[in-house]
Amino acid sequence: MSTTVLAPGFTNAPHDAQRLFRGVLDAFSHPGRIVELRDAPAGPGTLSTAAIGFLLTFADRETPLWLEAGIDKQEVRDFLRFHAGAPIVQAREAATFGVIVAGGGEPFAGFAIGTDTYPDRAATLVIEVPALDGGQPAIWRGPGIDREVRVAIDGLGDGFWPAWSANHALFPCGVDLVFASGSRLIALPRSVAVEA
Amino acid sequence: MPDTTIQNTLPQDGAYNYAYLDEQTKRMIRRAILKAVAVPGYQVPFGGREMPLPYGWGTGGIQVTAALIGRDDTLKVIDQGADDTTNAVSIRRFFARVADVATTTHTEEATIIQTRHRVPETPLKDGQILVFQVPIPEPLRMLEPRETETRTLHALSEYGVMQVSLYESIARHGRIAKTYNYPVMVNGRYIMSPSPIPKFDNPKLDHSAALQLYGAGREKRIYAVPPHTPVKSLDFDDHPFEIETWTESCALCGSTESFLDEMIVDDTGKRLFVCSDTDYCESRR
Repeated sequence: MSTTVLAPGFTNAPHDAQRLFRGVLDAFSHPGRIVELRDAPAGPGTLSTAAIGFLLTFADRETPLWLEAGIDKQEVRDFLRFHAGAPIVQAREAATFGVIVAGGGEPFAGFAIGTDTYPDRAATLVIEVPALDGGQPAIWRGPGIDREVRVAIDGLGDGFWPAWSANHALFPCGVDLVFASGSRLIALPRSVAVEA
Repeated sequence: MPDTTIQNTLPQDGAYNYAYLDEQTKRMIRRAILKAVAVPGYQVPFGGREMPLPYGWGTGGIQVTAALIGRDDTLKVIDQGADDTTNAVSIRRFFARVADVATTTHTEEATIIQTRHRVPETPLKDGQILVFQVPIPEPLRMLEPRETETRTLHALSEYGVMQVSLYESIARHGRIAKTYNYPVMVNGRYIMSPSPIPKFDNPKLDHSAALQLYGAGREKRIYAVPPHTPVKSLDFDDHPFEIETWTESCALCGSTESFLDEMIVDDTGKRLFVCSDTDYCESRR
């Protein structure tokens, strides 16, 4: 029998979650802005601390999670089940939150995009990227952005921005994204158009 | 200007979780807020809770504020522009007691401003959040009472009924007679109720640097306007949107630019005009 030590979650749940939420809300209100999630728990090490901080802030027993094969490991499942209580599902369409590693094909295919009458019933995807800058620059325009902003997220595959354009064209339906790297993240709500 | 931020000294109410709501409820509201920001102007349903005050007193705004607020925040609460009215004082005191938060009456010092029926005169800046208390979130409700129908109209962006109602107002009164809760188009997609603010405040919603969140407690809806988002008041080419103007100026500070309240000051009907925004007015005297 093997025993593993579970990585710690929040030290003070109401205050830790509140600070992280305000960081994420700042990111969603200002797409393209790099937001540092200070004091996010380190987690089991497979995911970035920003992704861990995001999931512990928003996921609970009401929000099924989908994990990409590369990060669907026992220590990640144990950590998220224990600290967030979120069910981990196999079907993308059942997930409220998905965690994806950048670079794969068809990153958004199959996730819930909401309906015309309830566009809020759409998934939010956390995409693990190698770096939030230093990649190929793209121009973002939309709500939350003063005119335009240049964002150069690294490690996204060739098909990524065409897939995003298709997602943006579904507005008001569509998925919302969070790019996570280390303790920092950038949000990309479906309302934002990207010129790659 | 003197620093008027008041550090909280009220004893904390240990019988409740921080900021009154339990963590599960806050997560649910926070998820709704994220979706509201992602789809500007769309009303996100949420599981509104009973709050320790009646509907109509800001239960929606309070739940949004409770999901936002932290010990680092400075809270301002206004009711019709005033910091010292019953509703504003009660809500400010509520959060000082359950969220251990500093409070202020100065717009510039606040990180969260909860408001009933006004937008502060002082321009808001990046990092501030304006939380509106909303009685009826659905702008089409007085034209179409069925929720299933209004939801479909929003889905199809079918807003002819609203244009017709504005046209009828022009046909009857010679102008668009609506003076508060004046409907707006957000980011060219959703018609939104700006809550019962005077139409004087509508231009302040357009491309604001602050995040706007709207909470409706009875109807259990949250919606949002992110910063730098176009918010257009509905009008016609030959009847463009106009805001109120006054021939009088504020009797206390002399402002000719702020929204003025009319007050009857004696039994002979003597009238006085004063700024509705008390903080703005006091800062000018």
